[in-house]
Amino acid sequence: MQTIHNIPMNMYLLLSTVLFSIGVFGVLLRRNAIIIFMCVELMLNAVNLLFVAFSAYLGDTQGQVFVFFIMAVAAAEVAVGLAILTMIHRNTGSVDIETLNKLKH
Amino acid sequence: MNQLIPLIPLFPLIGFLIVGLFGKKISKNSISILASGSILASFLVSVAVFVQVQNSASHAITVNLFDWISSGKLHVSFSFLADPLSALFLLIITGVGFLIHVYSVGYMKEDEGFHRFFAYLNLFVFFMLLLVLGSNYLILFVGWEGVGLCSYLLIGFWFKNTAFNNAAKKAFIMNRIGDLGFLLGILLIYLTFGSINYIEVFGQAKFFSSEQPVITAITLLLFIGAMGKSAQLPLYTWLPDAMAGPTPVSALIHAATMVTAGVYMIARSNILYTLSPFSMQVVAIVGVLTSLFAASIGLFQNDIKKVLAYSTVSQLGLMFLALGVGAYTTGVFHVMTHAFFKALLFLGAGSVIHAMGGEQDIRKMGGLKKYLPLTYLTFLAGTLAISGIFPFAGFFSKDEILAHTFEHNKFLWFLASIASAMTAFYMFRLLYLTFFSGFRGTKEQEHHLHESPKSMTIPLILLAILSLVGGFVGIPEVFHVSHWLNGFLAPVFADSEMKTMPEYTHHGTEITLILFALSVAIAMIYLANNYYVRLGKRPPEEGAAIPPFQKVLYNKYYVDELYTTVFMKPFNWVSDKFYRFIELRFVNVIVNSVGEGVSWGSRTLRLLQTGSIEFYLLIMVLSIALILFVR
Repeated sequence: MQTIHNIPMNMYLLLSTVLFSIGVFGVLLRRNAIIIFMCVELMLNAVNLLFVAFSAYLGDTQGQVFVFFIMAVAAAEVAVGLAILTMIHRNTGSVDIETLNKLKH
Repeated sequence: MNQLIPLIPLFPLIGFLIVGLFGKKISKNSISILASGSILASFLVSVAVFVQVQNSASHAITVNLFDWISSGKLHVSFSFLADPLSALFLLIITGVGFLIHVYSVGYMKEDEGFHRFFAYLNLFVFFMLLLVLGSNYLILFVGWEGVGLCSYLLIGFWFKNTAFNNAAKKAFIMNRIGDLGFLLGILLIYLTFGSINYIEVFGQAKFFSSEQPVITAITLLLFIGAMGKSAQLPLYTWLPDAMAGPTPVSALIHAATMVTAGVYMIARSNILYTLSPFSMQVVAIVGVLTSLFAASIGLFQNDIKKVLAYSTVSQLGLMFLALGVGAYTTGVFHVMTHAFFKALLFLGAGSVIHAMGGEQDIRKMGGLKKYLPLTYLTFLAGTLAISGIFPFAGFFSKDEILAHTFEHNKFLWFLASIASAMTAFYMFRLLYLTFFSGFRGTKEQEHHLHESPKSMTIPLILLAILSLVGGFVGIPEVFHVSHWLNGFLAPVFADSEMKTMPEYTHHGTEITLILFALSVAIAMIYLANNYYVRLGKRPPEEGAAIPPFQKVLYNKYYVDELYTTVFMKPFNWVSDKFYRFIELRFVNVIVNSVGEGVSWGSRTLRLLQTGSIEFYLLIMVLSIALILFVR
């Protein structure tokens, strides 16, 4: 507990923002579906980090409860998402999202 | 008992709805029974109402159905008024209407538009009944427009023929001119009296002094409406063209009922007219001029229906003359007798046309007496009636008009006498050319000649009987009998006749007038007989040289050509210029640029929708960032 409080709150916010931004730019710029997927997870975890940090600083457990929920949902989402990715790879032989434009026009 | 009155227009309306909606699915027999039966039912109810009106103390029964329009100070109820005037018109419309329906069953048998024809005919009767039953000017106007619509539909009944369609449009548009005047008249009545209900308007009018400009304006505007509907100068040219419709239509709408709506309206508004001697003078002069003008055109026409059409215009002129000299009862009397004999003449002409296989040119007829004996006899009765020969119906009503005009103004009487002398001449010319001498048509036509079926001849016979006895409801008092119609209509015209009617003509003068008119008519018949039967003269063939005077009459004084030059051509010119400059350069440019602007905007915005997910995401992220930072 003490260690946590030794690091100022600003640092947590900064780290979380950096992680979140990496996630956003990853989603926007990368073509590989697995990487995009990981970037989404990164964004979720940036938020998780923020939740626990605030929870510790404010002495409120609600934030930690929320983190558990997010992890549970993220786990389910990963399971479904990876299953879809496997199917895409099996059908197109690639995980490049540019190939998935068959619904256009 | 009062509940009976709304039934009168209801029956034809139901007939119209059934025949109009399901006419294609039901047999011609059922259509005939339904359509004629509904009119017969109306007729029977009308007789009951007629008796009731005659026996009731107030001589007027009002039935209020519902409040129609209620806005500010204006209250219009949808209510019917049955008084002697409307009761008499009810009998004429439903009685003659029924006979014409029966006749049409035979006449239209082969036509593919059989159900359409009867649907329109029933609708017409419905509107006509609404017109005469309404208890205020608005219902009168609704009926007025409704009969105009039916007239349009029936003139253009054979819509595959462009000329017929043009005739229908001409009738409709000419009537529009009159209707505008009529509508303005109604508005002015509302502004002046604060109501358009007959009873209220006439009740207030009694207290108006004579010669007020506003009353003159109202009556003149109403008269413009009557000019259109009843084909008076200068709006008469549509009526002869209206003969394009099937002959029963000409008989019902363009002779017996619709065209007399103007007479009904003026007779109904008699109190207003009495207050404005100037308007009365205008009505009388227009009437007598129309009568003279149309009769002179009738002298040289060769189409059997055109002759009758001009004669209708001429007779309508006489009715307006009667109204204009303040003899309202006489005007209505002539409406009644005219309905009988003119319907008879038209139906007789229809029977001839039917036998001739559609031929209407009297130069190609002749000698039909032998082939169509019944038609000939009934047509003769009608011709004698319109020429004013004793004891036929036309004799009584026409002589009454002449007598009243004589009291009023000797010069008008002189003109009216010339008109009725011409009537006797051209009607007998028509009769002689059609039924006497030898047949002038083709061999094929001669072989085809036959008397019409019973459903056509029976109405002819009934109408011939009516033309013979119809005049006895108005025997002049010279003969020491009471004038029944005068007594019957007295409640309607009582307030006016006190003011307008001078002393009755000296009996000696009246007998002289009657004998004079009778001898003129007989002289004219002798002249026609001499010229067309004894000397065997024929009207000149198409394209043959004819004397200039006759040519002017034959070409109807070139009135149609005049209207074309004076109204149509400038109108078309203005329309053309408007099209070229305002429509093409102005309206089109604005409308098109609005359309093109929208189209350009869509084309541009469409580019945003690329279909690439990264782009959407980018936009989403940027937007969220924007929202966060701006806040």
